[in-house]
Amino acid sequence: MPDLVVIITAKLNYWVYIVLMMVGLYAMIAKNNLVKKVVGMNILQTAIILFFISIGTKHNATIPIIQHAHGLETHAVQAVNYANPLPHVLMLTAIVVAVATLGVALALIIRLHRQYHTLEEDEILAQLEED
Amino acid sequence: MGKIIVLLFGSFLVYCTLDFPDWGDPGSPASTHVSPYYIEQTLEDTSVPNIVTAVLADYRGYDTMFETIVIFTAVAACFLLLRKIKSDEPETRMYRHIPTGTTFRIKKGGRYPRESVDFERIDLQWVPYGVVIKTTCRLIIPFIQIFALYVIAHGHHSPGGGFQGGVILGASVIVYAISSNLRSSLNRFGERIAVLLCTLGVFLYAATGGLCLLLGANYLDYSALAPIFGVDPVTARSHGILMVEIGVGMAVMAAMISLYYNLSSGGKFDEGL
Amino acid sequence: MMWVIEMIVLIMVVITAIGAITVKDLLGAAILFGAYSFMLCLLWAIMGAVDVAFTEASVGAGISTVLFVAAVFRTSRRTRD
Repeated sequence: MPDLVVIITAKLNYWVYIVLMMVGLYAMIAKNNLVKKVVGMNILQTAIILFFISIGTKHNATIPIIQHAHGLETHAVQAVNYANPLPHVLMLTAIVVAVATLGVALALIIRLHRQYHTLEEDEILAQLEED
Repeated sequence: MGKIIVLLFGSFLVYCTLDFPDWGDPGSPASTHVSPYYIEQTLEDTSVPNIVTAVLADYRGYDTMFETIVIFTAVAACFLLLRKIKSDEPETRMYRHIPTGTTFRIKKGGRYPRESVDFERIDLQWVPYGVVIKTTCRLIIPFIQIFALYVIAHGHHSPGGGFQGGVILGASVIVYAISSNLRSSLNRFGERIAVLLCTLGVFLYAATGGLCLLLGANYLDYSALAPIFGVDPVTARSHGILMVEIGVGMAVMAAMISLYYNLSSGGKFDEGL
Repeated sequence: MMWVIEMIVLIMVVITAIGAITVKDLLGAAILFGAYSFMLCLLWAIMGAVDVAFTEASVGAGISTVLFVAAVFRTSRRTRD
């Protein structure tokens, strides 16, 4: 029984990221409304960011800012004491790219609404069939 | 159908997690190869305590530069998709007579009260007249901007940097646009200024790298800037990071404002949220 | 005590994510997405990724929500699913 608890505490973050990713994927492939699809795309992106940040955590480690950096005496910096900064850097850029793609996606949605006066995918496809 | 695919895919991924390293394991592969070098050498190489800032702007400077270009491209794409350069005259306009608070609807072809102190133009759909909201935002915006500048300038020592500070600076202008209206915000911070600042930010980043190239070092190797700043090479890298962060901040601020202007007005720049 | 907070935040993240894609009002979906971003920001602050949390708080919970609201305001608010 303790084995199960150990497995659950060790893997829970990964399971939550999978649940979020599946929620986003479901919204992208099954929802009919375009804004819902964009919300699903953003949830998918943040789920992947959550996965990367989960990889970078360490037990009993502090934030990746070196302590006592400008004091008189210098301490030896141990890598074990600080969280892994590399996933943070990669995901920092990913978040800002996510908002850029969100802007372009919403611009496309506004343009589609201007032409077809609806946001539902099947109605847009029906109007395309008529033409 | 979608649910079946999602459930199958999700259960497969859950099965795969059994091979993952445990959560918070210091010996996981992601934390053992290159990241200890960053953690241990950052202070000696760049004299920047915040490792994330140093890796973002110095060790992996190319990544951030092209990411700034991605944001600029998004602004350009949004502009090309939505912007209507020659906007046709709207059917009706709404004006509010300020001393009495009454509103007037003027049809196309009627006489507009131009340049009048007593009349102000208001939006057709969204007509709040909130003294509380306007006054509060007017009071709060300078503090937001000061905080944003602090976040950019203090990114070496605390969480923050060009991206966060630029977004907060952009948010202050967006708050002004929401609390009053889009036209007065465009008078303060025009569309041309936004696009110009976005370009200038990307250019500042690239020019810092080019300056290093002119001084005989590699592209984006800030230690070559030491003679210009008059400091030792390690401190010069810290100053180079600050220059790059300012460029990123300008580009991100202008990009956020331009995206908001385009999306909220549908490209007409006439009436917005 | 930290794991209790983290557990609550993890549950809230899943609830707000499911809520954001099921609610029938697009403005509500935008606001729930903002709440989802803020919960993720808290989660990353707990994990020690302060820079990412800061960025998510300003970009995800701030600008993204405003852009969604602006786009919904420009188009239509009702949806069938």
